[in-house]
Amino acid sequence: MALDRITLSTFRNHRESRLDGSAHFNLLIGANGAGKTNLLEALSLFAPGRGLRRARLPDMAGMNGNGGFSISAALNPGDGGEAVILGTGTEPVRPSRRIVQVNGADTSAISLGEWLSIGWLTPAMDGLFTDSAGARRRYMDRMALGIDPGHARFANRYEAALRERNRLLSDDREPEAPWLDAVEMQLSEAGAALAQGRERLIALISAVLDRLPDQPFARPTLHYVPGGPSDQQMLATELARNRRRDRAAQRTLIGPHRDELEVTMAGKGVPAAHSSTGEQKAMLLAITLAHAELSSDGRPSLLLLDEVAAHLDPVRRAALFERLRQGSGQIWLTGTELAPFSEIDGEAAIWRVSAGELERLS
Amino acid sequence: MASQEIDALSASLSRLPGLGPRSARRAVLWLVKRRETALPQLLEALAAVRDTLVECAICGNVDTQNPCGICADTRRDQRQICVVEDVADLWALDRARLFTGRYHVLGGKLSALDGVRPEDLSIGALLERVQNGGIDEVVLAMNATLEGQTTAHYIAEKMDGMPVRITQLAHGLPVGGELDYLDEGTLAQALRARRPMAG
Ligand SMILES: [Zn+2]
Repeated sequence: MALDRITLSTFRNHRESRLDGSAHFNLLIGANGAGKTNLLEALSLFAPGRGLRRARLPDMAGMNGNGGFSISAALNPGDGGEAVILGTGTEPVRPSRRIVQVNGADTSAISLGEWLSIGWLTPAMDGLFTDSAGARRRYMDRMALGIDPGHARFANRYEAALRERNRLLSDDREPEAPWLDAVEMQLSEAGAALAQGRERLIALISAVLDRLPDQPFARPTLHYVPGGPSDQQMLATELARNRRRDRAAQRTLIGPHRDELEVTMAGKGVPAAHSSTGEQKAMLLAITLAHAELSSDGRPSLLLLDEVAAHLDPVRRAALFERLRQGSGQIWLTGTELAPFSEIDGEAAIWRVSAGELERLS
Repeated sequence: MASQEIDALSASLSRLPGLGPRSARRAVLWLVKRRETALPQLLEALAAVRDTLVECAICGNVDTQNPCGICADTRRDQRQICVVEDVADLWALDRARLFTGRYHVLGGKLSALDGVRPEDLSIGALLERVQNGGIDEVVLAMNATLEGQTTAHYIAEKMDGMPVRITQLAHGLPVGGELDYLDEGTLAQALRARRPMAG
């Protein structure tokens, strides 16, 4: 299986935890606060970035440790070769610096992406469809990043250029035209790349979703609504044309910072925001699975699903497990009780988690 | 317990780039031990720089002579000007020894958020240098940051119509990259592969 022989040392409430004999399905059962999500978070650190809680590294070091933590796992690269040992953590002397090792040699966190791809869905993402449009834009950008690592650069450059333009427009003095030209040139360059990245992402995910049936698992239809032209020259022209209006508003009224991701439930045609909690969860899952499929790109993949089964009725749960069974990615699921997982309890590796201790159930 | 004077010296040194309170104390201790030899030398060197340091009236470089050593060097190509944000960038580029013309230091970069406007930079003086004639090429060697590139585009537009070739460093440089931190090989490559400024 993708990851096995996993160890956690002074990571949050896990003093010394070890998981051996992982399977395709891996289940972590325990009460709230037992340390199930901490385990998923530890696994999420085998990807570049800050993990599934986006937490600070010093906060991950366990209270009863010396101020650092370490996580390791054996990765089966799927190429028939021998396992690769991945390790990450911090040292007590520099608790904010992440150390990453592959086969015992220091390397960068970015290089973890060479070996595997990791996707996740946590309860923190439940409100996505009812949340602000900004949350959905950030969601699109996070997903686009999994497909094109260069996407973050465009997003950052666009934000910075937008702040410059807005400041210029809200100045008491009429802004100098060549200065606005210079800022808008960069705004349109980054903005077009950003919009095209989002557009491509949604097209790719839609192509995966289109192959799925409407039932029993709610299928979302994604529609990318651009906040401006996605062609650089057209965006530049529009920005220049709108200067007077934008100056009156003291901010930029067109561009990808006004993008929206519209999600409707296929078949019913109901906006996702008006669907039931269970249907919303099912649609989020469908997007997460489609994205995982797209971003694995031949690498072994991991899917971390925190508390997903409880929201789904038995029919949808069965459909979910059936889909997960067919995929090649290793699945890690958490739940407070075993009952919702009866469909897979014969094939899953199951651990009970309590107070940061693990007990293998089957 | 150190005296007030020694504490003051430590405090000044600790502000130097790359130092901090601990290394400053170590440096002070080292100087105290060599108060007969190294300390007078350091004092003289500091005083000499303080007394002679001057900003070049032509390019804005900081040197001990005006015009600076680069502007006064007649072997340098008078027809090329390389425009940089800061003196640090000029020194970084000149270390690479690939540019044989002269420089122009802007003294910063345009930033609406930081309140740096065109008139706060020596852009007017640059335009004047070019208008006075005798210049074939202006190389815009701004950093790859948003502000650096905004400044480059602004200057290019201001020079539109002047009989001079405007080129830009080949920014295969990391985005947000600052010239000062690049190794000489990368700088040389960026300079060699400079290209006409896109309108
Ligand atoms: Zn000079």
